[in-house]
Amino acid sequence: MVPIAYYLILAAVLFCIGIGSFLIKRNIITIFMSIELMLNAVNLTFVAFAHQWKLVHGQIFVFFVMVVAAAEAAVGLAIIIAIFRARQTLNVDQINLMKN
Amino acid sequence: MNHLTPFQTYFLITLLKLVVVLVLTLTAVAYTVLLERKVLGRIQNRWGPSRVGPFGLLQPLADGIKLFLKEDLMPLAVERPLFVLAPVIALGCALISIAVVPFGALTTVKGVDIFQVSDINIGLLVVLGITSIGVYGIALSGWSSNNKYSLLGSLRATAQMISYELALGLSLVGCVMRSQSLRLRDIVDSQSAHGMRSWNVIGGLQIVGFFIYLMAAYAETNRAPFDLPEAESELVAGYHTEYSSMKFAMFFMAEYANMITVACVATLLFFGGASSPFGHLIPDFGGAIVQAVLPIFWFVFKVLCFLFLYIWVRGTLPRFRYDQLMSFGWKFLLPLAMANILVTALVLAIHG
Amino acid sequence: MQLVLFLIFAVLCVAGALNLLFQRHPINSALSLVVVMMSLAVIYWTLGAEFLAAAQVIVYAGAVMVLFVFVVMLLNAGEEERTTGSRAAYIAGIPGVAAILALLTYMFMHERAALGYATLGGSLNHTTSNITEISRVLFTELLLPFEVTSILILVAILGAVVLARKEQ
Repeated sequence: MVPIAYYLILAAVLFCIGIGSFLIKRNIITIFMSIELMLNAVNLTFVAFAHQWKLVHGQIFVFFVMVVAAAEAAVGLAIIIAIFRARQTLNVDQINLMKN
Repeated sequence: MNHLTPFQTYFLITLLKLVVVLVLTLTAVAYTVLLERKVLGRIQNRWGPSRVGPFGLLQPLADGIKLFLKEDLMPLAVERPLFVLAPVIALGCALISIAVVPFGALTTVKGVDIFQVSDINIGLLVVLGITSIGVYGIALSGWSSNNKYSLLGSLRATAQMISYELALGLSLVGCVMRSQSLRLRDIVDSQSAHGMRSWNVIGGLQIVGFFIYLMAAYAETNRAPFDLPEAESELVAGYHTEYSSMKFAMFFMAEYANMITVACVATLLFFGGASSPFGHLIPDFGGAIVQAVLPIFWFVFKVLCFLFLYIWVRGTLPRFRYDQLMSFGWKFLLPLAMANILVTALVLAIHG
Repeated sequence: MQLVLFLIFAVLCVAGALNLLFQRHPINSALSLVVVMMSLAVIYWTLGAEFLAAAQVIVYAGAVMVLFVFVVMLLNAGEEERTTGSRAAYIAGIPGVAAILALLTYMFMHERAALGYATLGGSLNHTTSNITEISRVLFTELLLPFEVTSILILVAILGAVVLARKEQ
């Protein structure tokens, strides 16, 4: 018997660490990974609520999130490879062609 | 054991089961290496190992001692933690998946199923998941070695394994649809009714799925004819170039343990697992013990046939080129696997 | 029992996530994210979502993260350079994150009784397995979204191929 609230708090902690590393990290791949971490945290809340309401719809939503995350990872990493080819760097501070 | 609570009995039997399965698997790995060397030797018209013990039967022991006693080299430029972690991941993942395999018919002693470590209702997915985690071992070993041959080998291996995982997973869907369960025990039971005629590969018309599985499995385990990650003529030794002594032995054992797992899954899904190929044609004989041991005999026999096939293929076929490998996986196996699923679903829908 | 399992894997999760934040090499960050995902899979399992646990391991840990590791290896991305970064992130971001975390935690602890308790292995209808239930809903009620996601995947594959291809 674990309160559902604990699962939600765990999800909140993970989500906040995700936001934190999204803001602090400078490597574009790591930034992308923190987005995945946030998605995972949201998935955990969905599963916890699905458990609470005794419905599988929450779990199916997580399934869809996973599918979309996989698609996003494929496109995102392709973009990263394209950026690296053009600029020879992965540091987001140096990818500032559009600035000014 | 009367003074033990049911939980303690359960715990002790389970622990014993784990130890026995682990020891047996590791022994099987060692003797698979010997089998490979013997059979390859015969295929190439030579004897194979024959000096240590009768017929070279103690050769695995000698190999083990040799690998233990060798110097454990740690190259200077490696990424130390990952370099050490990589073989552990590879061997661990190779050994874990054996836990969901049912070796024999359902036999319970004091409420514990003694011929299967754990009966999970998503057993097949567990095997697939652990196989996909095993990729990390190879990917990290190549990257952390700081060696271009290792890196090239591991890049090849990673790309190859994620490509063929798709075909591997899809080829099993037909069997899952037929048995309507992902529990490996249920899948075996669904094929045990009429002996050989109800096996998925014959009665279930999954022969196409079986061939896809077989080819994808060779690629998954990085074995000939898809052994590009360690193609010795191009890449020295591929991802384990920099490894020596026990760390090398762990990669070596992982490869053979993976072979055994793949053979077990093929047996369970396509060849009726531990059920007898004759069904009820032969009347039950012997006592309860014989009836409990006979399924294990059939299981081991089928797995050995697969291992022999593996070695035979290695001794016979030349290595693929890398672009051939990729186009074979994506343009031939994957569409074929999808077609197999469609046809199987159609047949099942018509026959009800 | 469930509390022990939860605590072990929650600690692993948070440790992995923090390690993702503090490691400077992308490959170490990727591996810590794998640890987070595997522990989340176990937590899903304890919540009775076996299918999602397996999908988490196969899709996230086994495919998406392998792709990340693969790209890091392919681009040979080295250690992250320390740059000043945006000042706004430090001034507004970190306190903002802390505030969100505090607010959420307070809310959840406050509504703790109303949210109820989780039981090990889930409390879904046990006559049908989790997978049967999911597939029934997925292929009847939610068939259209399912088909739409398959088109999304197709578009994503094409996009990835076009983007990553070398220009002639």
